[in-house]
Amino acid sequence: MAWFKKTRTPIAATDKSSRVPEGLWVKCPGCAQIIYNKDLAANLSVCPKCGHHFRLSAIERIQSLFDGDWQEYDAGLVSTDPLGFTDTKPYRDRLRSTIAATGRKDAVIVGRGRIDGIDTMVAAMDYSFIGGSMGVVVGEKITRAIERAAADRIPVVVVCCSGGARMMEGALSLMQMAKISAALARLDRARLPYIAVLTDPTTGGVTASFAMLGDLNIAEPKALIGFAGPRVIEQTIRQKLPEGFQRSEFLLDHGFIDLVVDRREMKATLASALRFMGATGHPAAEPAVEPESAEAPGAPR
Amino acid sequence: MPPELLEFEEPIAVLLKEIEALGMLPATGPRDAEIASLRRRIESIRADLYRNLQPWQRVLVARHSSRPSTLDYVEMLFTGFTELHGDRRFADDHAIVTGFAWFHDQPVLVVGHQKGSDTKQKIYRNFGYARPEGYRKALRTMRLAEKFNRPVFVFVDTPAAYPGIESEERGVAEAIALNLREMVVLDVPVIVVVSGEGGSGGALGIAIGDRVLMQEFAIYSVIPPEGCAAILWRDSGKKVEAAEALKLTAPDLLKMGIIDEIVPEPAGGAHTAPDEAARLLDAALARTLAEVGALAPDVRLNRRYEKFRNMGRLGTDFVDQGG
Repeated sequence: MAWFKKTRTPIAATDKSSRVPEGLWVKCPGCAQIIYNKDLAANLSVCPKCGHHFRLSAIERIQSLFDGDWQEYDAGLVSTDPLGFTDTKPYRDRLRSTIAATGRKDAVIVGRGRIDGIDTMVAAMDYSFIGGSMGVVVGEKITRAIERAAADRIPVVVVCCSGGARMMEGALSLMQMAKISAALARLDRARLPYIAVLTDPTTGGVTASFAMLGDLNIAEPKALIGFAGPRVIEQTIRQKLPEGFQRSEFLLDHGFIDLVVDRREMKATLASALRFMGATGHPAAEPAVEPESAEAPGAPR
Repeated sequence: MPPELLEFEEPIAVLLKEIEALGMLPATGPRDAEIASLRRRIESIRADLYRNLQPWQRVLVARHSSRPSTLDYVEMLFTGFTELHGDRRFADDHAIVTGFAWFHDQPVLVVGHQKGSDTKQKIYRNFGYARPEGYRKALRTMRLAEKFNRPVFVFVDTPAAYPGIESEERGVAEAIALNLREMVVLDVPVIVVVSGEGGSGGALGIAIGDRVLMQEFAIYSVIPPEGCAAILWRDSGKKVEAAEALKLTAPDLLKMGIIDEIVPEPAGGAHTAPDEAARLLDAALARTLAEVGALAPDVRLNRRYEKFRNMGRLGTDFVDQGG
């Protein structure tokens, strides 16, 4: 028999896991600061305290770059599951549920709009769609974007955010690297600007094709950028990787990117680079820009 | 089992053992007849096995350490080969070989992965895992070929680009990317043969050309089956299933329009009869070079562009639902 007896039941955990309503506040993984969600959004999802860059969705990204109105292209392209691929569940089901969950049909949005007045074609990848992976639809949309831009003689900006090729589309996804690079060869020979923006993460077949082919390769701070994934490398060399390996600053040091730019400066940097490359267009001379978007340029939502 | 034989060739191993046992007996007419009949049975079993190879079995054949390599084909198909080394930037990569040679008396450039056959060679060749320098050397020598208007033959046989620290430090992704962009506009005929293992970006990095041929038992994949199984099944033991799902065999890739032509191999795979494999390849390469070489440069380059442009076809691989 025990000497002491519990006379009270222990303090029960409250029913609700948190008294703070879901999604109102977020904790910054960089500095543990608790940030009001609306403040974060107004700051382009960059932590106001430590500058940690939260991941943006493709739509937020596009809105952060264009002055106001923009036109989307090829939103209706959908993969047919060309291999009839099944792992632990059919790829077809995976696609269907991802389309339902994201409201998008694949991992990239292509739009044409104005960056500080400069008519530009932008493709932005979305990590929430099967890891931003590149299959036939991503390949086709980016290729069409480049071809349209070449035809209309306007610059191209691709914002990379992807784990690489989409395994479930097999060698077809591998070939999208070749397809996009081929279109970039023509754009290059036509002397039109192409800027690759590398965000966290940019790895695999995306890095080994259009992410590294920009006239400028611009990275957001501390983004993971590499060809082989860190885990694969650790397995190969059987040792831990050094701190900061495959981060933006590492690539900058090794000479593979032109500059690391804070997201809040990205639009201005792109505009200035595009002007250096000969693009024209002035925000003041553009009556098309709507008052509310002119008020808070680039703010998502 | 003899090391030359693959796991699915077990029935052949059994018969080989029988032949070996018979060989110990004194030579008599009936014994020799028995041995001859066993040998015929081996050939017919081998032909049967190879006619019905499953995807994973093809992976094993494609990776066979006696499978003829780039340098083996150089010896059998070309004359006067002179190897060219180095990327003029950092180093000479041993996993990709380049050099000029003569193909039916025509000067050409040869580029290809080299895995190495014995342990010492394998280490020297880094098991065919090329570093950035290999891709840069390939592009450098291909530009040399372009300058002097010589066609290029490419042999693809690599597990992958080398996934190590120095590869990342020296920009293997950039090296591959640049090759993809520049090879599509390289103004000489480029003929690619996937001769062994077409391992993802490491293979594609030298595999852009006017025609992509593939040997019958070679494979070409976005990821090795083991890696795919580890990620999607969370169990690298599911490599057989992954090999099946990835559609990495020559007939599958021909159907998808990723390769242009399958080059037949001898009944038991190129490693059992390299001379015969080379003879079959020689005929295909000579015919292809004649066809591609006859095209006007702008037509050839346009077709090369369209070839890769059309990978992923509207109505087949994707559809447009509008909106």
